[in-house]
Amino acid sequence: SLGLSIYLSVQGGVVGVVTTNLLIRGALLFSVGVFLALVLNLLQVQRNVTLFPPDVISSIFSSAWWVPPCCGTASAMIGLLYPCIDSHLGEPHKFKREWSSVMRCVAVFVGINHASAKVDFANNVQLSLTLAALSVGLWWTFDRSRSGFGLGVSIALLATLATQLLVYNGVFQYTSPDFLYIRSWLPCIFFAGVITMGNIGRQLALYEYKFIQEKTHQD
Amino acid sequence: MTLREQLREKISAAFYRHGLLCASYPVPIILFTSASILTCCYPLLRLPLPGTGPVEFTTGVRDYSVPSHEPQGDLGERPDWYRGPPVAYIQQVLVKAAVSPWDSSLVTVDVFRSPLGRAFSLLEEIRNHVHSDSLETLCLQVTDLFPGLRRMQSVLPEHGCLLVSPGNYWQNQRELFDSDPDLLKTIQKHEPQRPAELKHLLFGVPGKYTGVSHYNKKKVVTYTMTLVLSRYDARFLGSLRARLKQLHPSANCSLRDDHMVHVHFKEEIGIAELIPLVTTYIILFAYIYFSTRKIDMVKSKWGLALAAVVTVLSSLLMSVGLCTLFGLTPTLNGGEIFPYLVVVIGLENVLVLTKSVVSTPVDLEVKLRIAQGLSNESWSIMKNMATELCIILIGYFTLVPAIQEFCLFAVVGLVSDFFLQMFFFTTVLSIDIRRMELADLNRRLPAEAGLPPPKPGPLRTREAPPPPRPSPHTITLQTPAFRNLRLPKRLRVVYFLARTRLAQRIIMVGTVIWIGILVYTDPAGIRTYLAAQVSDQSPLGDPGGGGLPPHLGVAPVFRGGDPTSTLGINPAPAPTPIPDNQSQGHHGSSRVGPLPEAPPPSVPQITWGAEDEEGWRRLSFRHWPSLFSYYNITLAKRYISILPVIPVTVHLSPQEAIETRHPQDTKHPPPSIPKVAADIQTDLTLYKVAALGLAAGVLLVLLLFCLYRVLCPRNYGQNGVTHGRRRRGDLPCDDYGYSPPVSEISPLLLRGHSMDIECLASDGMLLASCCLAGQIRVWDAQTGDCLTVIPNHGLRRSSSSGCWEQRDGWESVSGAAETECLGSEAHGSSISGDGLSEGEGYPLRRRTAPSRPTLFTDQPDLTPLIDTNFADQPPSHLCTPPREGFDFGGLVERAYMEHEPPSASTAGTQATADWESSVWAMELRGNLIAAGRSSGKLELWDAVEGSLRCINEDGVSGITALAFLNNRIVAARLNGSLDFFTVEINKPLGLLQYRGAPGRGSMPPSPCYSSEDVISCQLTRSVQCAHQKPITVLRAAAGRVVAGSQDHTVRVYRLEDSCCLFTLQGHSGGITAIYIDQTMVLASGGQDGAICLWDVLTGSRVSHVYGHRGDVTSLVCTTSCVISSGLDDLICIWDRSTGIKLYSIQQEVGCGASLGVISESLLVTGGQGCVSFWDLNFGDLLQTVYLGQSSDGQGVRQLLVLDNAAIICDFGSELSLVYVPSVLEKLD
Repeated sequence: SLGLSIYLSVQGGVVGVVTTNLLIRGALLFSVGVFLALVLNLLQVQRNVTLFPPDVISSIFSSAWWVPPCCGTASAMIGLLYPCIDSHLGEPHKFKREWSSVMRCVAVFVGINHASAKVDFANNVQLSLTLAALSVGLWWTFDRSRSGFGLGVSIALLATLATQLLVYNGVFQYTSPDFLYIRSWLPCIFFAGVITMGNIGRQLALYEYKFIQEKTHQD
Repeated sequence: MTLREQLREKISAAFYRHGLLCASYPVPIILFTSASILTCCYPLLRLPLPGTGPVEFTTGVRDYSVPSHEPQGDLGERPDWYRGPPVAYIQQVLVKAAVSPWDSSLVTVDVFRSPLGRAFSLLEEIRNHVHSDSLETLCLQVTDLFPGLRRMQSVLPEHGCLLVSPGNYWQNQRELFDSDPDLLKTIQKHEPQRPAELKHLLFGVPGKYTGVSHYNKKKVVTYTMTLVLSRYDARFLGSLRARLKQLHPSANCSLRDDHMVHVHFKEEIGIAELIPLVTTYIILFAYIYFSTRKIDMVKSKWGLALAAVVTVLSSLLMSVGLCTLFGLTPTLNGGEIFPYLVVVIGLENVLVLTKSVVSTPVDLEVKLRIAQGLSNESWSIMKNMATELCIILIGYFTLVPAIQEFCLFAVVGLVSDFFLQMFFFTTVLSIDIRRMELADLNRRLPAEAGLPPPKPGPLRTREAPPPPRPSPHTITLQTPAFRNLRLPKRLRVVYFLARTRLAQRIIMVGTVIWIGILVYTDPAGIRTYLAAQVSDQSPLGDPGGGGLPPHLGVAPVFRGGDPTSTLGINPAPAPTPIPDNQSQGHHGSSRVGPLPEAPPPSVPQITWGAEDEEGWRRLSFRHWPSLFSYYNITLAKRYISILPVIPVTVHLSPQEAIETRHPQDTKHPPPSIPKVAADIQTDLTLYKVAALGLAAGVLLVLLLFCLYRVLCPRNYGQNGVTHGRRRRGDLPCDDYGYSPPVSEISPLLLRGHSMDIECLASDGMLLASCCLAGQIRVWDAQTGDCLTVIPNHGLRRSSSSGCWEQRDGWESVSGAAETECLGSEAHGSSISGDGLSEGEGYPLRRRTAPSRPTLFTDQPDLTPLIDTNFADQPPSHLCTPPREGFDFGGLVERAYMEHEPPSASTAGTQATADWESSVWAMELRGNLIAAGRSSGKLELWDAVEGSLRCINEDGVSGITALAFLNNRIVAARLNGSLDFFTVEINKPLGLLQYRGAPGRGSMPPSPCYSSEDVISCQLTRSVQCAHQKPITVLRAAAGRVVAGSQDHTVRVYRLEDSCCLFTLQGHSGGITAIYIDQTMVLASGGQDGAICLWDVLTGSRVSHVYGHRGDVTSLVCTTSCVISSGLDDLICIWDRSTGIKLYSIQQEVGCGASLGVISESLLVTGGQGCVSFWDLNFGDLLQTVYLGQSSDGQGVRQLLVLDNAAIICDFGSELSLVYVPSVLEKLD
């Protein structure tokens, strides 16, 4: 019974550590998501405006306060979901598992947003196609996993749908919607965002897997 | 051979040649690349420096005409931007108004109430001025305010002329102004957050010059009316100017009115734009950091990282320079696309090159290494480059100008980056590698000298001794794939920082200063706010106010203290003793010149100076952009024309001032309270700012700390929870396909023992192990072959124990006749069938050995019963694989049988082994195994032949520890006594042999005992009561024997005469670990967790540190540090000379006991079923070798480092022989 109790306590320790790890990872992903949402929202607001009255920043922080938390929650979920799915499918992600690659991925994601906000395209189709190509390029460069692609596409579609519903219900609106209340490049941005957050989540999960492995090994 | 392969080979060959070239002529190549970088960057000098300040250009008013859009040939100094009409013409009417003469009956409000009131009539005048056009047609018509500025709606004009004046506060209505009880409050009301910005806009002069405050000592109010015109009509403006001058003549005004200034505004980067920019840069730096962190195995990591960054940056600069040279002016915002360009170009190639080069064999010449590394990676580099170029080409065909431009830059950048990589970086790398080789050689020579020289093959009675090692083993730790190596210098710096908490302090102070500067220098920030507040509300803020007589500043306060006098409905008969004409007279004189001083009835002076000529210069340079931005008009990259100001001087009589008073004005004139309040407010603001800055600083520090913890998971010198732990599968194969040489580290499992290993001893060539069952096995330390088995026949009596029955189960299957006899007799010498070859050689070897087994003299001769004819076995046995079931034990028995029973020629006639007691201590030297038993007997066994050569039964107390040095054996007994034995060899003539090759001066030759020798073991001296309590540790080296006991003391004996030299006291607990080596380094660790270093020559304590919570379980020293492990599962590494803890490694629970040092910088520790290799310099886990398949293995409790850089450790009932990874055996 002593051995059993020791085993149970060790198991409990593992579970506790895993949950705290999960929480830490979730919090990290959440903050990254909030931060990116704020910055990228700023980029979108900036479109066609070069000089700002001083109130723009405060209005960003006040008017659509719910956007960053939503993005943060979504990114936390995505970032936790990706490693989870990887482990369930039994194909651990091996491609370019290092922080420099993750940073590159984030930079490219911001660049895609930048392009969508700043670059003047001849028409919307061109813009959307370019962004779609960029997003798929992002996936090919930094992810290359089927599960990542599938999850990215499905989440992007869901998010687009949710946005459409929001716009339909008048929560907010786009200045020049060109595709069913929204901008047609939105799914591409969502897709790139999902890939990026998944990349970050996987990288964070690497630490935990190592930890669990050694812990179970110790048992 | 396909085309692809041909291409590949050609590329590889080209790269190889190029690598040779670069490594051969480093200096000329670096000079050449530097020159080309500079040449390519030269066109950048012509580009304008970035800046956001506005640029001015002045023209005359008289001959002004709107500039045309087309650039007109050569117009001298005319700037590029001066084309086309401006966004707007700004006409300012500068009003200076004063109540004069000032008399003592006036209250402070009168200073500005009536002058401001004049604004309305002036406004009317301007609005209604008509020449050929009215103002309505000329002025800039504005529409809505920018959305989000609704609260300014009441103040700023909408849907009409953009004409701003202080009157806007009251919607340009005189009635509202007259009925406003508190003008200052109205003005302040609109500035809730942004101090003085709106005030600046409406007044058109900086806040402190307006004079609209209670503490205006000059009593002159200044404000402007700003007309924004869309069209320039010289006649209209001329007539307006003439009209205003005529109405309000400014006598001493000599302002020039013949110049108009055109102000061009650059694109401004606001905070809103800055945030994404800063974000991209942060990501960029993180990328660079994480990339360059991967550079390792080079001499100077930082140098190479710098070279990598320089490569990327200068390739970018080169691309911009080249593009400029060929006439492509960058229209994109360089700062914005720069991070993306860096990310596109990337540092990957550089890293790949470094990895590839450092993973080439180190023994090659530098030139060849570089060339090989280059050619190895040539194909992937070219492939990547081609892919990137393709992608960029695709991007070029999107036909979006911005993307095209980006792609153009990227292409040129990529090509120049490739050029720089090939020439600059490769050369730098070759220099670095060359330096490293030299440094490495220098560093390694002493270490090599310190290593014990190789043992030549001993003269053993063995058929196939391994060939003698021809050369010293050079242990090189540096294998390419071991990452995260840090420079020890850096480690030291980190420790220094950690000790002094310098980093936190510097960051904290720096952050506070930075935030302070930021807040202070922000044009819309706290400085203007503070300045405005101070100047508006406190007399101290006014320049020159300090020297004023006090009564002047205080006078209005007292005057206002009498509210009842002016409470009447009719304010006219207020105390105005000075008649009007007198004031008129003063009025006249005021124009002439400054009146000396007229204390109570002073006359405010209105002077016009050069500073009024271009009063707008005193405003923030963001004044005009922000005014226009309110109407969503950008001034970026455009210009406005500022017309010469129209001066207006207004003098009001005191009578007029009194008439325009609001009843409230005299009711609550500002007593001294506002002043205090203002002070308090200023103070509060300062405190608020300070608190805010502090909070922000703390937050930033916390954030940085969190980032550091997240990004830098390794823990230096702390009792980290997870960081120091070993990780399974830490044998990464990175992106570039370099993985550590896993193949070198396959542990060799030595199976044979039936129970857990109790004792382990080795002399480098042989290895003796003893299990709990009492069985002693001797192994070849090189190959792992089991040479001898000395069974414990005491187990015969307990042979029914499950363990043995199971083990011998196959015997019972193999033949019914054998079971009874062999099961009881031969199991000890039976080999459990773990290798056929091993077993086959064994009996042969035994047969030729001339020794005679003395073990079985008392055994019944049952050998005839052995049936080795397996072919006759019943068919039921065919199902068992014959190889596994083959009974080598039978052969062994037969081999034994071939010898005669022991004769008296062997020394040990009385030497019957004691099977009752268990082996507590064992040592191995030469061919002799010394075994100390719990019964107090000391046995000497021949390791090769397995025969008992000698036994000593002088002591009765159990032997707890043994030391075997040269020909002396020291035994520590349970009762605390210490026995010194001498092994004497009486060799038969002509058989005197010595082990060891000539030239090994450092170590005394240990004798090799041949089987014919008569060995006796004499007790030379017995030190009774050497310690009060049982001796726990015994170590011998350098002619000294050191014994540690539970009585808290360590005693040092001389080995020759067993004389006690020192008793070392210093521990407050029993001694648990002792280390002594050839160089007389003595370290001891006790149950108190303390570690003491002693000087063996003087017996003094060198240092004393408390390192562990709980016992110190193991101690090892190197020349520079002491490594200790404790019951708290911590491995601490101490600096040997200073006794400072360098760092510690947190181990898993229950496995910190075994330690070994392989070389100066390689530490090996035992863990749960694994051994880990650590780099001592850096505290990094290099590799973990798992001993068994199942990960639930037992802990490694004993660990021996052999001379051939192999380690042997126990693993449950098995032994594991692990060859240290990456041991290069260099030939001289």
